[in-house]
Amino acid sequence: MSRYIARRLLLAIPVLIGASFFIFFLVYALPGDPVRALAGDRPLAPGVIAELRERYNLDDPVFVQYLKYVGGLLQGDLGIDFSGRPVSETIAQRIPVTAQLALTALVIEAVIGLIAGIVAGIRRGSYLDNLVLVSTTFLVSIPVFVLGFTLQYFLGVQIPLFPISGTNEGLYSYLLPGFVLATASMAYVARLLRTSLAENLRNDYVRTARAKGLPERMVIGKHTLRNSLIAVVTFIGADFGTLMGGAIVTEGVFNLPGVGRAVFDAVRSQEGTVVVGITTFLIFVYIFFNLVADVLYAALDPRIRYE
Amino acid sequence: MNLPLTEPGAADGAPGDHLLEVDGLSVEFRTDHGTVRAVRDVSWHLDKGETLAILGESGSGKSVSAQAIMGILDSPPARITSGEIRFNGTDLLTLPAEEQRAMRGEQVSMVFQDALSALNPVFTVGSQIAEMFRVHRGTSKKEAMDKAAELMDRVRIPGARNRVKDHPHQFSGGMRQRVMIAMALALDPAVIIADEPTTALDVTVQAQIIDLLLDLQRENGMGIVLITHDLGVVAETADRVGVMYAGRIVETGSIEEVFSRPAHPYTAGLMNSIPRVDQIGSRLSPIVGSPPSLAAIPVGCAFHPRCPRAVDLCRSEDPRLVEVGPGRRSACHFAKDVLDA
Repeated sequence: MSRYIARRLLLAIPVLIGASFFIFFLVYALPGDPVRALAGDRPLAPGVIAELRERYNLDDPVFVQYLKYVGGLLQGDLGIDFSGRPVSETIAQRIPVTAQLALTALVIEAVIGLIAGIVAGIRRGSYLDNLVLVSTTFLVSIPVFVLGFTLQYFLGVQIPLFPISGTNEGLYSYLLPGFVLATASMAYVARLLRTSLAENLRNDYVRTARAKGLPERMVIGKHTLRNSLIAVVTFIGADFGTLMGGAIVTEGVFNLPGVGRAVFDAVRSQEGTVVVGITTFLIFVYIFFNLVADVLYAALDPRIRYE
Repeated sequence: MNLPLTEPGAADGAPGDHLLEVDGLSVEFRTDHGTVRAVRDVSWHLDKGETLAILGESGSGKSVSAQAIMGILDSPPARITSGEIRFNGTDLLTLPAEEQRAMRGEQVSMVFQDALSALNPVFTVGSQIAEMFRVHRGTSKKEAMDKAAELMDRVRIPGARNRVKDHPHQFSGGMRQRVMIAMALALDPAVIIADEPTTALDVTVQAQIIDLLLDLQRENGMGIVLITHDLGVVAETADRVGVMYAGRIVETGSIEEVFSRPAHPYTAGLMNSIPRVDQIGSRLSPIVGSPPSLAAIPVGCAFHPRCPRAVDLCRSEDPRLVEVGPGRRSACHFAKDVLDA
C-alpha cells in the first residue's frame, strides 16, 4: 500500500511539470502587456518599464521564462508578484479561506446528499424519491452565480439570516457560500447513492441477509448501505480536490479572499508567476485527493488491494 | 382450471403431523408482460431427519417455492395467491411479519447456490456468521465470533480460527459454500433449505459438500429440502423426491421407487436422458422440446406438447396429483400405464 502511494505521488511530478508549463504558456499567450496593464492610464517612465521587464524576465522567450521560473521553484521560490509580494505568502494566506470553504461545502454535500440519496434509494418511486429527482435536476441546472446571487438576495438581504460577503463572522460566513459551492456535488451524491442502493438491493447477499432473519433496517442500513457507500465516499473524497479548485465563482460572488479570487485577479493582471504558482498548487491538491479517494476505496472494499 | 390440482390432504396426514408442510402453495409474478404463474398448487411435506429433494429444470418453480417458504420473495412482483406453509402445524403465512422474521434462520434457514454472491463482500465471514447469534440471541460480539469460529471448524474449514477475519473472496468456492452452511446451521434450525447448493462447484467439491450436509443432518436430525436439477445428487442424498414441471409437482415418492419405476412421463423422460455406463455407444434419448414459458403454460397438462403419450384428454384437462401407490403420487392421466410400462 505505501509503495502504491509513493508511486502515485511520484507520478504526480510529471503531471505537475506538464500542467505548470501549459498554464505558464497560456498566460504568456494572453493578449496585452502585463506591465502596461499594471500601469493603467498613466504611462510609466521608459526606465521603470525596462526595469520591470528585466526583473520579471518578460523579454525572454517563453521557454527561458519558464525554465527560470522552474529553477526558482526547485529552490523553493515560487516567485514574487508585481507588487513585490512572494507568491508563497499569497498562497499561505489564502488557502485557509478556500480550505474552510471547501470543507464546509464538503460537509453540506455529504450530509444532505447522503440523506437524500438514502431516502430516494430505499423508497423508489415514492413522493420523496420524485422530490429528490426533480430537485437534484433543478440544482444541477442552475449556474453557480445565479444560485449565489439569489440566495444572497433572499437569505442575506430580504431575510437577513446569513452574511452575504466576507469572512468576518467566522464559520457562519462560510455557510451560504459553502451551500452554493456544494449544490452540484450534493445533487450528484444523492443521485449516485440512490442508484447504487437500488442496484445493491438486487444483490444476492441482500436476499441472504433477509433469509438470516435480520430486521429490515439491518438488511438495508447495514448490508446494502455499506456496499453502496463505497462509490459515494470515494466520490466525496475526490471531490474535495475539485471543490478547492472550483471555488473561483463562489469566492467572487461572496467576496471571500481565497485562492480562487487570487487566481482570478492574477489572470486579469497577467501575473504569470501567481497564476502558475496557485494553479499548480491546486492541481497538486486535486491529484492528492484523488489518491485519497483511491486509498479510501481500498479501505472500504476489501476486494480491492493495491500492490 | 380452477379446480384444485392436488387432492385434499396431499401433504399426507392431518395438519401438524409433519415438521414442514407445504399445502396448495401458488405464487404469481405480476409483470408488464402478464402474469407468470411460477408455482401452482404445490404440496409436499418434510419430516425430522429426512431429506426431500425437489427436482426440476430451471424455471420449474423450485427456487420460487423455496423463497416463498423463507418469506423472502420479492413482492411485488411476486405474490402468494393461495396455500399454507405449516411449520410444526403453524401456518407461517398468517404469522405477523416480525414473528416470521424471527423464525428465519432460527427454525428454517437457507443455503444458496452461489456463495460468492450470496455472502456480503465487505464483511468478514466470521462477522457474517456471528450476526446470526448477535441478532437472534443478543450474544456479545466476542462470544458470537468464538461461536462463528467453532461453526467454521464444524463445517471442516481448515484453520478455521485463523480465517474468521477473512473476507468471502479469500476463500475457494467449496470453502465459501461451507461458510454458507455454517451460517445456515448457526442456530440449529429444524429445517435447512438448500437451493442448488452444489451447482456452482467442481464435481469433487460437490460430493464433499453433500457429504458434509448429510453428516450434519445425522448429528442434528434436521430436515433438509434439497432443491436441485441434478439427478445424481438426488439419487445419492434424498429419501424422497418431488419432481416439478412448469410450476407443479408432477410426481412424488421415495427415491428408489421414483427412480426405478417412474409414474409420470416427464420423470420417465428424465431417467432415460441420463447417460449410462452400460449403454456406451447408444444414443442418449433426451426429452424432445423445451419447458414452457411460465407466462404461457399450455392448456391441459403442461407437459403434453413434449409427452409421447399425449392424447386429446391431456390437451384439455390438467391431471390432478393423485395417489398411485403407497406414498406415491403422480399428475398424469395415464399414471398407472406409465408405472407399469
